[in-house]
Amino acid sequence: MKSGSTARSVANVTETNGAETSASSALAERARRLDASLLKDLLEKMLLIRRFEEKAAELYALGKIGGFCHLYIGQEAVGVGAISFLGPDDYIFCSYRDHGQALARGMDPGALMAELCGKTAGCSKGKGGSMHLFDKRLGFYGGHAIVGAHLPLAAGAAFASRYLREPRVTLCFFGDATVNIGSFHESLNLAQLWKLPVIFICENNEFGMGTPIEKTASIVHLHERACAYNMAHAAVDGMDVLAVRDAVGEAVERARKDSLPTLIEARTYRYMGHSMSDPTHGIYRTKAELEEHRRKDPIKRFISALEGIGVITQEYVEETDNRIREIVEQAVVFADQSREPGPEELLADVYLP
Amino acid sequence: MPVMQYREALNQAMREEMLRDDRVFLLGEEVGAYNGAYKVSRGLLDEFGPHRVLDTPIAELGFTGLAVGAAMAGLRPIVEVMTFNFSILALDQVVNGAAKMLYMSGGQFGIPMVLRGPGGSAHQLAAQHSQALEAWYCHVPGLKVVMPATPADAKGLLKSAIRDDNPVVFIESEVLYGMKGDVPEGEHMIPLGVADIKRPGNDVTVIAHSKMVHVAMEAAKELEAEGIDAEVIDPRTLRPLDTGTLVESLKKTNRAVIVEEGWPFCGVGAQIVDLLQAQAFDYLDAPILRVSGADVPTPYSKSLEHLAFPDPRSVVAAVRRVLNRQ
Ligand SMILES: Cc1ncc(C[n+]2csc(CCOP(=O)(O)OP(=O)(O)O)c2C)c(N)n1
Repeated sequence: MKSGSTARSVANVTETNGAETSASSALAERARRLDASLLKDLLEKMLLIRRFEEKAAELYALGKIGGFCHLYIGQEAVGVGAISFLGPDDYIFCSYRDHGQALARGMDPGALMAELCGKTAGCSKGKGGSMHLFDKRLGFYGGHAIVGAHLPLAAGAAFASRYLREPRVTLCFFGDATVNIGSFHESLNLAQLWKLPVIFICENNEFGMGTPIEKTASIVHLHERACAYNMAHAAVDGMDVLAVRDAVGEAVERARKDSLPTLIEARTYRYMGHSMSDPTHGIYRTKAELEEHRRKDPIKRFISALEGIGVITQEYVEETDNRIREIVEQAVVFADQSREPGPEELLADVYLP
Repeated sequence: MPVMQYREALNQAMREEMLRDDRVFLLGEEVGAYNGAYKVSRGLLDEFGPHRVLDTPIAELGFTGLAVGAAMAGLRPIVEVMTFNFSILALDQVVNGAAKMLYMSGGQFGIPMVLRGPGGSAHQLAAQHSQALEAWYCHVPGLKVVMPATPADAKGLLKSAIRDDNPVVFIESEVLYGMKGDVPEGEHMIPLGVADIKRPGNDVTVIAHSKMVHVAMEAAKELEAEGIDAEVIDPRTLRPLDTGTLVESLKKTNRAVIVEEGWPFCGVGAQIVDLLQAQAFDYLDAPILRVSGADVPTPYSKSLEHLAFPDPRSVVAAVRRVLNRQ
């Protein structure tokens, strides 16, 4: 999987409408090979993320969620596709843009919402917030808010798996702008040098905050950075959940069988601002540009592919969407009812005894 | 009791702990085939193999972060930084990562890791290779900071640091590696957070850590000739600090001098002064004085370098001042 064909198919997607149709039929083609229950599960997870994030935006506007809050809307296919290939013992590391991956991994939406609201029932007891989601039992090893700082951590967890001869793999998600920081390079070198079972997933949503990636990276095809470390790499259409699943699947096999890392660039797009304090468009991108990308919505595209091959019906989608909205409502109720941390929590968890 | 060098005592501590617990491993620049830049890891690669003794690229941020991640996933890494001057490159992983992981995760992820290597001033190494950075680490909740001054302390404290479930910054003294002393064999453990009275005395409390303990001891000898009986206390662990032992001493002597190599502004000594004035104000007969490194980057020239760090003479002078014996 040294880039090649997948990279080219991504380029097509972003060019013409004709190519878009062909990308959709590629998605339908992949779907045909998979179990209906798996396909429905993927769709459900993507919808859950979408509805959860929409609700998080509402709660942010109401002041129930504070601080920095980075939403995943538009990028659902990446987290869901990638994580769908993992086993229960595998590890996941994320940046601060971590709600989607946490839900894809099966984190309880109530625990997640409670964390965003700073409540004790939150997955990090309300001490981490949006950018620091943790769930050890799920192998969810955090949201980390210093750009690039979690890449060495992911390499380290993969190192531990190899050291302990455990067959785990580690997925590490980060944004496009992260390929320019030193920790990215130090981690890739160590991962390849020491043959660590880690998959680096660069979610290329085209911007680091308000700066387009071509203004900050000396190369366009970010996955090619792996060449400098002799590491396997691939680009994939990050708006196609099954393409992501396939690409990550190959990388997971490589990690599990040969204990080797991979760099995957998933070409995606974020529909919201960088964080809740950033408008969706106006400064660094136009409304038209945003609308154009919205037409490639990964969820809509998946739904139409699944409807096309007869796996689901419109009624099913409506019914599922309603069910998910209800789950999200319940998550809000749970968060609302959860206790604020008491003053005794302030000094707890600084040191282990 | 066997006599050995400070570096050998450290080596013994690592060896014993690696034998005791398979999850303990060592990584850093030149720690394997080269036996360590200061030969602290001598023989460990031969004994434990490349699986547990890893030569790293010159990438402090990367390999320190890798150790933090490995600790999250069940290992107990010892990271050797060639010197603490280079630990600055890894500061983000230590301060934003290791120190905070437990708290940010609501208690789920402790980081049982030791970051160790030589620190402090060394002979004519100039500004970038000769400095005391412990105050930086002491500032951070979530970290423990340990600085042994003798071979016996080096062994006992390092063993405790390796067994501690928290991130421990363990700063050795670059110029003490060759120092010899008695070192108990086997299970010699010194708990973290316990100070040691290196010389009991009644007239003044001199608080010093790492290499400065020896400067304070020499000063105490000179003072003895003048009839001044100094008590020298080595906190050994700077965070958590054994404030109790310091306060008890002050109750007896009513006067204190704090000696450190680091810079004066926001230094370790400033913190100790604050704790002592708050907890032992009524026992003080004179302002507490500090003897510290000069407030400058370390100069190269021998004659200037000599002026940049505390020596027995400057300690003696400070003691005379707190005793009004100028
Ligand atoms: C080391 C560091 N510098 C700056 C920041 C502030 N910051 C937060 S996110 C961000 C942009 C990162 O963009 P990218 O890596 O593409 O990820 P995305 O937000 O698109 O997911 C910046 C500059 C930071 N968190 N860490």
